[in-house]
Amino acid sequence: MKKRIATVSLAGCFGCHMSLLDIDERLLELLQQVEFDRSPLNDLKRFTRRCDIGLVEGGCCNEENVHTLQEFRRNCDVLIAVGQCAVMGGLPVMRNAIMHSDDPLRECLETAYLDSDKVYNPSNQIPNDAALPLLLDKVYTLADVVKVDYQIPGCPPSGDTLWNTLEALLAGKPVELAYEQLRYD
Amino acid sequence: MNKPFKFEIDGIEIEAQRGQSIMQAADEAGVYIPRLCDTEGLEPQGSCRVCVVKQNGRAVSACTQPAIEGAKVENETEEILGYRRDLVRMLYHEGNHLCPICEASGRCELQAMGYRLGITQATKYPYLQPARPVDASHPDIVLDTNRCILCGRCIRASRDIDKKHVFEYVGRGINKRVGVNGNKLAETDVKLNDRAIDLATCPVGCIIQKGRGFFAPIGERQFDKKPITLGVGPGKNRGKS
Amino acid sequence: MESRIVSICRRYADDRTRLMDILLEVQRELRGIEPAAMELIARQLGITRVEVEGVVSFYAFFSRRTKGEIIIRVCDDIIDRHAGGREIAKVFVEELGLAIGTTSADGRFSLEITPFLGMSDQAPSAMVNETILTRLTVQKVRLVCARLREGTEPRDLVVHTGDGNNSHPLIRAEVNNNIRLAGEVLLCPVPANAGLRSALQRRPQELLAELEESGLTGRGGAGFPTGKKWRAAADTAATRRFIICNADEGEPGTFKDRVLLTERADLMIEGMTIAAYTVGSDAGIIYLRGEYSYLRPYLESVLQARREHGVLGKNIGGKQGFDFDIRIQLGAGAYICGEESALISSCEGLRGEPKNRPPFPVESGYLGFPTVVDNVETYCCAARIMEQGGAWFGSFGTDRSSGTKLFSVSGDCARPGVYELPFGITVRDLLDRVDAPDAAAVQVGGPSGEMINMSQFERRLCLEDLPTGGSVMVFSQRRNILEIVDHFLEFFVEESCGYCTPCRVGNVFLKKRIEKVRKGLCELEDLAYLKELGKTIAVTSRCGLGHTSPNPVLSTIRNFPLVYAVLLKEHGDGVQASFDIQAALEESRRLAKRRSMIYDPNYDEA
Repeated sequence: MKKRIATVSLAGCFGCHMSLLDIDERLLELLQQVEFDRSPLNDLKRFTRRCDIGLVEGGCCNEENVHTLQEFRRNCDVLIAVGQCAVMGGLPVMRNAIMHSDDPLRECLETAYLDSDKVYNPSNQIPNDAALPLLLDKVYTLADVVKVDYQIPGCPPSGDTLWNTLEALLAGKPVELAYEQLRYD
Repeated sequence: MNKPFKFEIDGIEIEAQRGQSIMQAADEAGVYIPRLCDTEGLEPQGSCRVCVVKQNGRAVSACTQPAIEGAKVENETEEILGYRRDLVRMLYHEGNHLCPICEASGRCELQAMGYRLGITQATKYPYLQPARPVDASHPDIVLDTNRCILCGRCIRASRDIDKKHVFEYVGRGINKRVGVNGNKLAETDVKLNDRAIDLATCPVGCIIQKGRGFFAPIGERQFDKKPITLGVGPGKNRGKS
Repeated sequence: MESRIVSICRRYADDRTRLMDILLEVQRELRGIEPAAMELIARQLGITRVEVEGVVSFYAFFSRRTKGEIIIRVCDDIIDRHAGGREIAKVFVEELGLAIGTTSADGRFSLEITPFLGMSDQAPSAMVNETILTRLTVQKVRLVCARLREGTEPRDLVVHTGDGNNSHPLIRAEVNNNIRLAGEVLLCPVPANAGLRSALQRRPQELLAELEESGLTGRGGAGFPTGKKWRAAADTAATRRFIICNADEGEPGTFKDRVLLTERADLMIEGMTIAAYTVGSDAGIIYLRGEYSYLRPYLESVLQARREHGVLGKNIGGKQGFDFDIRIQLGAGAYICGEESALISSCEGLRGEPKNRPPFPVESGYLGFPTVVDNVETYCCAARIMEQGGAWFGSFGTDRSSGTKLFSVSGDCARPGVYELPFGITVRDLLDRVDAPDAAAVQVGGPSGEMINMSQFERRLCLEDLPTGGSVMVFSQRRNILEIVDHFLEFFVEESCGYCTPCRVGNVFLKKRIEKVRKGLCELEDLAYLKELGKTIAVTSRCGLGHTSPNPVLSTIRNFPLVYAVLLKEHGDGVQASFDIQAALEESRRLAKRRSMIYDPNYDEA
């Protein structure tokens, strides 16, 4: 039976997903072995059934990220953190560096939407639509929120790195990466 | 009296001179023992502990421990590799090591050590995420101690080679950091061509030279193709700025 | 300010190695060592300001900001905490209107917490400038604060002085010795200078043989054979050698050196003098912990009296050419300085960080010269051995642990205090003597030692079984074991010098995980994490602090497995129980002025 894979991008840039497309013609080979469940690749928004592998890109910066991540954890046997953002927060985690402020979240929003001289915002409002998920007090890594079984570092991990990792996992073998395939940037 | 003697590292016979550390003897014999705080031309300090080896069963830092005649030294056993992974991870989690945006990425020894040790296991330690101000006051140099691994190489280089003692450890325990001789770097007499500022001195991206960022393209950076090892590491192949 | 700093530096001949003394005086006179002062000191000593700052920032008793005229330090070791130390601190906060770690606007008071004052047999305790206050109660604290506000000098706060020399005019402390059991070596009456007289009639080689025959081992806890140490120093071909007495008793729960310094100062100095004669030294240092600075004037007077009696200084005991003198080096609040090489660093005016070994201090120690560093009690024993003989000393104790040992017992017992007993007695024997019928756990050797359970009370106190530098803390059933473990880890995190990675960072991780365990947020796999991390710290750390700092965790996992078992739960859903979504959203709810559509079930309600 084909293994089922789900993927999602949380507080990330979709770069890791783009990297997955970088496996090029091996995508066909992958599709021989797996079926994609919930994933932006097929635009399925909900899990149709339990999955073998969940690939999560990005960390958690808002409540929706947390909710989605928890759902992935509940629906996937093996959960893999893909890319630096998922592993350690990545670029979004730079927001945590203002944690020493007395009012860090406010400062963060004001800098982003009002104060910075690079901002063009004629309404002079911080977006606050009811449909916008609430931000978390700081950016969390996947491992802060759920148990993570494996991680693939990189920003993004190369197509080859993703392919080799998936291939090994699907074959039930230990992952062995060539020197150039393990990168933290 | 000064007759050379022999000892073993992972079963390989190594010749050593009296007074040599395990590291010195290993270096001369071409056997690499991983290290971060130790680098060519500076007094060994023994603080990062990445060069931990077992000498006759006792854990010691290879950079400070004298070689002993006939001793059996374990360097790359599973146990030792496990300790080294833990130590490198501790340094990663103590500071803010955002490799994707760091100027030192690709030539960073901490990162290279992570690669060499194959650290891909899921995060186990918490990230401490320090939030210390960045000192960009100096016209030529930036100091971001959030990336510091407290190896003390800049301190020793400034003290022993530049004879300026611009840097020193301040605070203790987890609050220990590298301080500068003044309220900010611009108030000190540090200069771009000081040994302390040399690219080979800071193993990470804590000391950054302004106007010289990202000089090597991705794929051609120091550790892009070859793992950190003897001659690829500190003080070698890096050139002075 | 400038002239005061210059004159302080001059008093120490602008000697960089006396930086500790210079900083202690500047701190006392100016109540802080601000950047401008550091600059002046640096200029005077010919070093950089950051070097001075490195030392200032290392020690808890130095501060880079100006402190109050009166600094109150409330002791926060676990025994003090159990005795109500936290409440005492709260009363100080209320009375002085001052948060902990702050200084009052008028510059009168600073309020601080300090890890261990060495008074756990008379807890809770506090230090007001150099005056020690013990057995504090809410009422007493209120009175103390009222008197301080009226302008009473801290030393005049002492109403009832303690027993023995605690009432000596140069001490006048409300500290009690609490000597509960005097043994046959140290706390019995001892003749003055009998050991020294006997030693001076013999050759150093004979003394080394006598010491080796006695089987004396270091009393600080590590248990290194003293004879071997002295011989190693004596055998060096050096031009000078130093004798240092480690009176930096900082292991929480230890206070036996306090008693020896108060009641057996002469014997200790006699022992140091014998060591000097044996290894060939002309200078010694007593490294006195800052917390015991109240004993300094008395100790200075003992040294002076000995000089006047010809048993210190030139031609000691009439022996031509045997010159030996001692200075007191005061510490400034750093547990790590109890480690011998860190202690030497501190004496040299450096950050109190351990040195790389080898070379060992006996080969290259203080200022690079061979140095013998021994504990207060060790020197006292050495003096008795020279008087009574090694065989006599060896007749007490066990094979590998000879002699008697001073045990400082505190905690849940009716008779806390100092007990001198031969090595090898069982924990139960000691518990009977201190009257602790409901003891459920005993911490032997302080936080760096081992916590044992009731089934292990037949174990013996000696190097062969349970080693201790003297600290024995008794805990009854009503104490929370993990609270104690957490507290000990807090102590190590606070006191780690930060030199090496595993001790600096690893202990923070250990503490964070134990906090999670205490909150019931951990699973079985966290035990493996704790054991693995503890092992990495213990194996790879550079000095004894890191080698032993995981012991509170590792020994309780071994000896109190149920304490962990009841708190560890399997969650099964893979979600981290420690992640608190409600807390993470709180700030956002406030700023956005709305509830969470996902996590607030009552989202629609107004």
